[in-house]
Amino acid sequence: MSTYEAVIGLEVHVELATHSKMFCDSPTTFGAEPNTQTCPVCLGEPGSLPVPNRRAIEYLMLIGLALDCRIAPHSLFHRKNYFYPDMPKNYQISQYDLPLCVEGYLDVEVDGAERRIGITRAHMEEDTGKSLHVGTTGRIAEAKYSLIDYNRAGIPLVEVVSEPDIRSALEAQRYLTELRAILQTLGVSDVRMEEGSMRCDANVSLRAPGTEAFGTKVEIKNLNSIRSVSRALTYEIDRQQKALDGGDGIVQETRHFDENTGKTHSLRSKEEAFDYRYFPEPDLVPIEAGDDWIAEVRALMPELPRARRARIASEHDLTPEQAAFVAASPSSVQYFEALLASGTAARDAAVWMAGELSRALNEAGESIENARVSAADLAALIAAVKEGTVTLSSAKKAFQDAYTAGKTPLQIVDERGLHQVSDDGAIATIVDEVLSANEAEVARFRAGEEKVFKFLVGQVMKATKGQASPQVVDRVLRARLARVRVQEWPSSRLRRSEPKGSRSRRSRVGSWVSSRCRSSDPSSPSSSDRSRANTSSRIRTWAAPTWRAPG
Amino acid sequence: MTEVWELSAAELGRMIARKETSARDVVDVHLSRIEALDDSVNAFLTLTPDLARATADDVDQRIAAGEQLGPLAGVPLALKDILCVDGVRTTAGSKILEGYVPPYDSTVVRKLRAAGVPIVGKANLDEFAMGSSTENSAYGPSRNPWDLARVPGGSSGGSAAAVSAGFAPLGIGTDTGGSIRQPASLCGVVGVKPTYGLVSRYGLLAFASSLDQVGPFARTVEDAALLLEAIAGHDRMDATSIPEEVPPYVKGLESGVKGLRIGVVSDWVEGEGVQPGVTERVRAAIESLSSLGAEIGEISLPSFRYALSAYYLIAPAECSSNLARYDGVRWGLRAPEAKDVVEMNVRSRTAGFGDEVKRRIMLGTYALSAGYYDAYYGKAQQVRTLVIRDFEKAYERFDVLLGPTSPTTAFKIGEKADDPLAMYLNDVFTIPSNLAGAAAISLPCGLAEDGLPVGLQLLGPPMSEGLLFKVAYAYEQARGPVDAPPLWGRS
Repeated sequence: MSTYEAVIGLEVHVELATHSKMFCDSPTTFGAEPNTQTCPVCLGEPGSLPVPNRRAIEYLMLIGLALDCRIAPHSLFHRKNYFYPDMPKNYQISQYDLPLCVEGYLDVEVDGAERRIGITRAHMEEDTGKSLHVGTTGRIAEAKYSLIDYNRAGIPLVEVVSEPDIRSALEAQRYLTELRAILQTLGVSDVRMEEGSMRCDANVSLRAPGTEAFGTKVEIKNLNSIRSVSRALTYEIDRQQKALDGGDGIVQETRHFDENTGKTHSLRSKEEAFDYRYFPEPDLVPIEAGDDWIAEVRALMPELPRARRARIASEHDLTPEQAAFVAASPSSVQYFEALLASGTAARDAAVWMAGELSRALNEAGESIENARVSAADLAALIAAVKEGTVTLSSAKKAFQDAYTAGKTPLQIVDERGLHQVSDDGAIATIVDEVLSANEAEVARFRAGEEKVFKFLVGQVMKATKGQASPQVVDRVLRARLARVRVQEWPSSRLRRSEPKGSRSRRSRVGSWVSSRCRSSDPSSPSSSDRSRANTSSRIRTWAAPTWRAPG
Repeated sequence: MTEVWELSAAELGRMIARKETSARDVVDVHLSRIEALDDSVNAFLTLTPDLARATADDVDQRIAAGEQLGPLAGVPLALKDILCVDGVRTTAGSKILEGYVPPYDSTVVRKLRAAGVPIVGKANLDEFAMGSSTENSAYGPSRNPWDLARVPGGSSGGSAAAVSAGFAPLGIGTDTGGSIRQPASLCGVVGVKPTYGLVSRYGLLAFASSLDQVGPFARTVEDAALLLEAIAGHDRMDATSIPEEVPPYVKGLESGVKGLRIGVVSDWVEGEGVQPGVTERVRAAIESLSSLGAEIGEISLPSFRYALSAYYLIAPAECSSNLARYDGVRWGLRAPEAKDVVEMNVRSRTAGFGDEVKRRIMLGTYALSAGYYDAYYGKAQQVRTLVIRDFEKAYERFDVLLGPTSPTTAFKIGEKADDPLAMYLNDVFTIPSNLAGAAAISLPCGLAEDGLPVGLQLLGPPMSEGLLFKVAYAYEQARGPVDAPPLWGRS
């Protein structure tokens, strides 16, 4: 089997977040009742005429400038002619051989190395309506009849076309992630692939390494997420490789990606390709982008993700990976800054955002601006970990549960009794149980096998479901193993620190839980000085039955 | 006694304003004349008496309340049935729009409403404005008030015939390659093709977007100038609309032609296929203008011989795209029992469009096809540039150009119907102005040897309407009243 080099180019369509459509005043609200966001122009009523949305053109210009494109001083709208019922005029107003933005590039980082992906062009066009095929399958061939919703028709769409500079599914993924971050930062689009405000087609071909000529290319459609793009490309590269190895060759065609099977299948071959009969749109005048206008738009340019990442990394001393996550979008920077404002250290904020928050968002398929746990609530949780009232593993669990339950993490901590146990007496009981259950290991430890200690710590942690303070476990376990009898603490040393006012939510939980809900005094010099309340009745209460290790 | 329907728009407007008559009476007189005679002319596809009377009543009430209205308030108008009126069926002379009622007003109609102009009906036309005789209307041809066996010209034949017949003193047409000027010429009325972009195209069912322009019909130059003032002006709904103030045309009408340089397009006046009676009447008009003090010279415009060919690539190309929206999906005719959407499209369009429209859609589709674009559409656009340059050069020497509007007078219904090329040649003198986006006017200059009216065409650069009106008015005053068509004897 030979190895081939993949040659990939991406065409990304982005719906602009303007208030009105590209060529009329109709609103662009997503999810409205069908055919309510329309007017004679976007319905293609006979006699209606398009008038370009200046804001949309400026958004495109901003995108072009962000991608280091040259802004053409003179560009044109063309008509792309083909019949399709969801396109009211049976032609789409688009740009053709004279687009507004040309010859740009986007730098992306792949495996620690920088790759420059050329941008052929970024141009303006209008979106189509949506067909709904009524019947059992929802497919056009089996539909009883079809309905058309023209709400989307005429929404401004920017198409960003890359050069065939992408060499792997991973690079494609990085390119799209970076492009999305830029668009998000510019504030020109919602860039929600699941709502269709960002869509992607991929062109892919293979060639022998070291050769210049391109192989036969295949276009893949229906890529509804960055993950889909990556999956489809991985599948398609493999399929083409097998076809080439098997001597079958590649047919130039358009293929459809099936989200369920993860495979691509043929839609139409080149012989069926349309002749769009492009010609300059006579209802519109050319776009004359003078230096003044370009300068005016350039002045609106915000800090771009790349610069933002560098700044965040240096300002807060983060690793590039952490900075990449924190600076992924303006919303994530906002979240980060809100965490810092609530007293979280930058490193902790970055670790939590890149870890638990990112995981929860991915699982929920949501973006950070809709994060169900606010930065303030996450900050409180992180503070609790720092203070030692919740262990890190409990905090992570509480965070994920809070995310799904729609509560704050500390509410979950309270409800589930996930507070860290720093109570020497309580831990001592468990330690004793563990020691008696593992006499052989104890013997080995005492014979000098230091590594057994870790195992015993693990057993204690397991029995406490991770809620025990690791420092206390360490100390108590060592004391017990050294046969030093742990004295009852004199009552004078019993100290109960009062719950902080800000944690008043804890008063809502059950009394037996609240009895161990002491927050440590933040001024305490070390965790070993922290709450050491110890009465046997309390131990019994929480020691059984939830803590006991099975068996 | 002069009948009300014989009066000019300016005169009617003055009488209504002075309450010597009411807008309602003026509208009713015209509506009864239409009712009595339109069976033989077929100028209208749809009559809008309710709309006209409502407008007239409003005008009368406002005048009674002491309001000062525009000079055309209460003066009836025939609107080419290719401009949208909210709630009034619009056919474009085509079966494919059967039952279509637009949900909005075209800008021209909005302006007419604002000027208090009652629209008495929607006038017949060649289907989608493609033709020179109205014979391509799916609803039967209109007839020329000078001879009911002859065509009124086209495509705005219904509007021209209506103004000529005394059905309305004002008409609105559209001119893509001569569709206002040629019928004006054949019906003996005034027709203006304004500068491209002077009058909004919003609400005009597009034929060829880069050439289409709305303009007035009237029986006098002053009326035409008044109507153009009412409908011209920048419109934010039309991106090709010229963002400039409309100068007052009527004010400068009487300033004369002394010292103006008028260039006679020699190839047109003596050209091949020009009817001798047409040449004779145009020559007489030139002498008249000369005696008024204009400096007359001759000019030849070589690129114009290619103009017709270029036009018949550009216009069909644009029409093939503009007419794509008539597909049976949203409005108009839908062929029944199609098994899928493609069949529905094909069958609806096959049944809905007439032969000439189909011919042009096919021509245009071909001209825009991959591999042919440069040879046809691209080349045609180059010719267009040459035509513009020739005009520019001509206007270095002359203020205005002059020639006949049409090579012949009105021809018989059916005479050229089967010969598209002979029909296309009707527009040979009018097309260059459309290609150049320039202004032109046609006005009557007497009758030819066959007793039919001849049109004198005056051409000017873009935005020269004021100048053209001035020259036309001077000639009109020198010429004196024209004969009336035989239909004026009937009531």
